[in-house]
Amino acid sequence: MADELQNNSRRDALKTLFQGIGVLGLGGSLWGSAAIKLKASELTLRPPGALEEEDFVKACIRCGTCVEACPYDTLKLATLDNHTAIGTPFFEARLVPCYMCPDVPCVPVCPSGALDVKVIAKQIDGHNTDEPDIRRAKMGIAVVDQETCLAYWGIQCDVCYRACPLMDEAITLEYKRNERTGKHAFLEPVVHSDICTGCGLCEHACVTEKAAIFVLPREIATGKVGEHYIKGWDKADEERLINIKKAETKESSPEDVLNDWEHLLDDE
Amino acid sequence: MMNNIIKKNRYLVLRRTLQFGLLLLFGGANWWGWKFLMGNYSSAYVLESFYLTDPHAVLQTFAAGFVMSTDAIVGGIIVLLFYGLIAGRSFCSWVCPVNILTDLATWMRKKWRLSENDNFLRINRKTRYWILGLGLILSPIVGVAAFEVINPIGMLHRGVIFGFGMGWTFVVAVFLFDLLFVEYGWCGHLCPLGAFYTLSSRFALIKVKHDAEKCTLCMKCKDVCHEIQVLDLIGEESGYIKGACSNCGRCVEVCDDDALKFSVYNYKT
Repeated sequence: MADELQNNSRRDALKTLFQGIGVLGLGGSLWGSAAIKLKASELTLRPPGALEEEDFVKACIRCGTCVEACPYDTLKLATLDNHTAIGTPFFEARLVPCYMCPDVPCVPVCPSGALDVKVIAKQIDGHNTDEPDIRRAKMGIAVVDQETCLAYWGIQCDVCYRACPLMDEAITLEYKRNERTGKHAFLEPVVHSDICTGCGLCEHACVTEKAAIFVLPREIATGKVGEHYIKGWDKADEERLINIKKAETKESSPEDVLNDWEHLLDDE
Repeated sequence: MMNNIIKKNRYLVLRRTLQFGLLLLFGGANWWGWKFLMGNYSSAYVLESFYLTDPHAVLQTFAAGFVMSTDAIVGGIIVLLFYGLIAGRSFCSWVCPVNILTDLATWMRKKWRLSENDNFLRINRKTRYWILGLGLILSPIVGVAAFEVINPIGMLHRGVIFGFGMGWTFVVAVFLFDLLFVEYGWCGHLCPLGAFYTLSSRFALIKVKHDAEKCTLCMKCKDVCHEIQVLDLIGEESGYIKGACSNCGRCVEVCDDDALKFSVYNYKT
């Protein structure tokens, strides 16, 4: 009788244990997949000084202090409606772009370090200072759709060029002869991705129905060459060749290795 | 008469004043540019001089693999020490905006007698500790503070201060859960932040003290308490109310015998 009772209580305990594990596993996997979905960000523009997207979403405490510090109401906190990690700050350049305040008020108020002055630190003689430099912001890159850009049609429009706070640096105009008319010029806007901060003033200003110049996140709008391509004409890049570690090769020939019986004949 | 109503609800009035007042200060920062309390309950920038941060969020972020900057960590430690050494789990009933909603749900539930057929769903009150642990385990796996991305508290305060979007669905879900399914469902059974503060404020100084000599066993306190298990000493022995008590003061207000009072915990006894 006593044995039976003990068996039952052990059985109950095991049952409870497995039920507990089951509920935790079910809840955990649902919760985990929801979390992965809710942290995913598609084509999101972040405030200046933001860490890389993966780290940014991890670091951001979702307090919205940057949103309140922004004098232009550029920044918004993502809700469930936006395709952006919930509660994190972002902006839509076509609606309100980043006006590139020289003092960058949104960054120093960030408590978590998701927005970090170091990312956009002003450099003097190649050394970082504690001051922010909005020109070093990399919020995204402006991309021109040549098919819908009026300037590429040959119609005179340099609205994006003039809206750009880094005029003649981030966007330049390339002059080309318009063969169709024979007497006009194309004034084609070209974005220089090393200078462009992704502020979106060009996208905001673009006159076409849907902007022909628009800002994309850098990781979307940039490619990657790969380390095995080296610019032979660039001295600094060429030096990488010298530092490349030689692949390790064996001194002995393949035959020697194959004919090496020594270890096979070991008694042990 | 009027005086009596106020006296009988004195802590309720104070709590609601503080809760709505904080919401107004936070909201005012976003709507009208006030500088008293910027941000929200996840991290508040106080008078443009220092931060108060949700220690549970800092901890989850750490678990996810990111060490927040000193501002946030110091802010989190201040909050942790304030509740942990002084105020107890009072965040839940004095600060948290979700408490306003779940208290409303409980009030309606009692008024409409919805709790009379209560066997539909039963949840153990310890579930919140498992959720707290699960959130900390999940954070490194999903690479983000796991509770913060589904947190209805955040949905509510971000919603009020910055705009809801579809976030209201989470908030309504919590409200309906408390109204229709489980009494004190969210705050008393599931919320990992409440669990976090319960665990971290074990040794807090401000606690409700019970005097069993004066108690007439009317049991009104057990009627109003949202964490009834903390009142098991009522009428049996004198002592301090411990555990998940959120220092809401309902029992103190309702007690006609002066047997329950806010008090400073005496470590020597």
